[in-house]
Amino acid sequence: MIAFVLIFLVSLFFTGFINRTKSIVSGRKGPGILQPVRDILRLMKKGSVYSETSSVIFRIAPLIYFSSIVMAVLVVPFGSDSGLISFDGDFVFFAYILALGKFFMIIAALDTGSSFEGMGASREALFSMLAEPVFFVLIGSFSLLTGCTSFHNIFISLNFSSYISYATGAMATFVLIMLAMTENSRLPVDDPKTHLELTMIHEVMILDNSGFDLGLILYSTGLKFAMYGALISNFFIDSFPFYISIPVFLAVQFSFAVVAGLIESFMARFRMSHNAQFIFALASVSLMIFIGVLLMTGKLI
Amino acid sequence: MNAISLNNNERIVFSSIPVLSYDQFMEQNLVLLENDSCHCISYFGFHFDGKIRLVCCIADDTQNSILVSSAVTLKDECLPSFTAHQQAFHAFEREISENMGIGYTDHPWLKPVRYPANRADRKLVIGNYPFYSIDSDELHEVGVGPVHAGVIEPGHFRFICNGEQILHLEIQLGYQHRGIESLFLEKKNLLQKVILAESIAGDTVAGHTTAFVNLWESLCNYKAGKDLQSDRTIALEIERIAVHTGDLAALSNDIAYQPGSAVFGRLRTPLINHFQLWCGNRLAKGLIRPAGTHFPYTGQLADQFLRMLESWEPDFNEMWNVFHKLPGVMGRLEKTGILSNEQVRQIGAVGITARSCNLGRDIRSSHPHDYYSQINHQSVMKRHGDVYSRAQIRREEIRQSLGYLRQLVNDLPVREPYKLLQLQPEPGSFAISLVESWRGEICHCAVTDKNGELMIYKVKDPSFHNWMALALAVRNNEISDFPVCNKSFNLSYCGHDL
Repeated sequence: MIAFVLIFLVSLFFTGFINRTKSIVSGRKGPGILQPVRDILRLMKKGSVYSETSSVIFRIAPLIYFSSIVMAVLVVPFGSDSGLISFDGDFVFFAYILALGKFFMIIAALDTGSSFEGMGASREALFSMLAEPVFFVLIGSFSLLTGCTSFHNIFISLNFSSYISYATGAMATFVLIMLAMTENSRLPVDDPKTHLELTMIHEVMILDNSGFDLGLILYSTGLKFAMYGALISNFFIDSFPFYISIPVFLAVQFSFAVVAGLIESFMARFRMSHNAQFIFALASVSLMIFIGVLLMTGKLI
Repeated sequence: MNAISLNNNERIVFSSIPVLSYDQFMEQNLVLLENDSCHCISYFGFHFDGKIRLVCCIADDTQNSILVSSAVTLKDECLPSFTAHQQAFHAFEREISENMGIGYTDHPWLKPVRYPANRADRKLVIGNYPFYSIDSDELHEVGVGPVHAGVIEPGHFRFICNGEQILHLEIQLGYQHRGIESLFLEKKNLLQKVILAESIAGDTVAGHTTAFVNLWESLCNYKAGKDLQSDRTIALEIERIAVHTGDLAALSNDIAYQPGSAVFGRLRTPLINHFQLWCGNRLAKGLIRPAGTHFPYTGQLADQFLRMLESWEPDFNEMWNVFHKLPGVMGRLEKTGILSNEQVRQIGAVGITARSCNLGRDIRSSHPHDYYSQINHQSVMKRHGDVYSRAQIRREEIRQSLGYLRQLVNDLPVREPYKLLQLQPEPGSFAISLVESWRGEICHCAVTDKNGELMIYKVKDPSFHNWMALALAVRNNEISDFPVCNKSFNLSYCGHDL
């Protein structure tokens, strides 16, 4: 329960912190931290416009997308406190419930019949497909290390003892950050700011969404970021009491937002064809974690 | 050779232009263009004595001369086209065909240029234009515009793609057509004419206005003093630096490189603010006037400019050094949107586009006007023809222009007292004015009738040649690289549509 409440709280500020970091780095004052939330509330008060060519898929997709993320958030644990849903193999549920939401966004984009959205859908499908093994090799390795198959059990049985385990922890944090950037269509894979329909991935898929639907989709970005941040913070929260673990959680989320902002400030976007290579590189870092785990468990030598 | 040779900004008597038979006219101009140093700067038709007069102007870069010849033809006639032999004429012949109703037997693609209001065939409208298409299950078409995602001018781009790869791009413009050329004939007041010239393209105000005033002064047999020439050159060079800096910001923005976009964007401001200080308008409107000026460039302005440069130049250099050393930036710019030297020769490209492919088209050295005749201008040239080459040319031209500007403002000529001269063009004259704007060569060309009124006024923006370069450059690139390719050319829609 505590994880759910904290993730919800952080999700309200997350995009605001990223934007503020980018503004400060580029020498601007920038909008307030809560500006993204204000935008979302404004959108939610508006009615939606639907194209005549789109079907019911297009109307339900934003809601399914949003609820899939809420479902995924439910399985994320917080230190020794398990998520609202917790069962053996829940990380598989986590990955595929997110995939379900994405699937609906993709078919909704195709539903509009726009040539831009078709392009965006194909890109999104490709990059999500490539990102899937990254996640599974990463969590699978920790599952192998701890011998557990639910997020909660993995994180409470995970303890850092050797140099290799510190190395794998650091690599896992890196992979999760980059994975979150990829899944949220941020730099260096996609640029949410450009608004050039030919170069976008996620943004081009939601060109036809408006009003409440668009608000939900935009809010999902913050929620997704906070969810990945919560996963990362679980590497750092052991079975601490709440008065330590909650500040640690917030500190991790805050530094995650700042890191995301810094990445967006100092990098240029990749060429579209290099994105696949980049995700392959993430997969190979995941494999290194896997090998590290094999070393630690003595299965390799 | 049966053509009259004249210099940039030289007035000749219109009847002294030789009139040839169409076959002779065609052969002669095609032979001229076989020489690499020659390119077509303007080729147009107009109604004259109940017939259609075709006038072709070829610039010879090594001889610093312009060769003009003409032919007479009739409406609805079907002629063999120049384009079948020299593609550089393709846009000019399409324009002649659209305006005059002349047909061509072997023009490869006689698509409309801009659907002008006074076109010969009123049935030609964008609504029923057959875009080039491919009937295939594997390929898909993407249409962009004329209403754009970014707030820029309108134009329609039709891509034929194989997945992410562009196979073909067709560009259709004309949405910005305002009838500039006919307005030049309608507006009898000189001030109205200057303001028209200022509004040909909002980003090239100094370029087009200089071309107009130089042309007007040559038609009137007026020679601008050193002070006016110096002012115009300063305006042209400040405009060049300002737009080049803005272009580097826009390039950074298209590759989502935030520091470049923020810093280069900021650096453009002090430059255009200097125009504001000088003439009260940041785009230099109202600054350049024929045979005089309301805003002489003073020593006080020069001091302020030099002081501004003291902080401007280190900032610019620092940003450029970070920009071009960043692998992520280079990964996007290098080997993107490549044009070959052969391609730019074929399509007759000018300006930065030509120079990025090692083709030296630069009016400042080949047909110098104003202050450029006193400096031995060496064009900045690159060989690779990719987006990065065009970015590098911008950076090096900025450095070069800063040198010229320092020289100019440190050595301001003695001013002559300005008095408002009411000049009247000589009757029956013909003159050409070429100006190297930041984008490339601008050509204005005029003929006066027996009363000294304008009979024909032709404007050619460098974009008229260069839009084809964009269409060729994006072939086989990823469609997501189109915005950055487009920005590296930064062509004008309104300058093309007139």
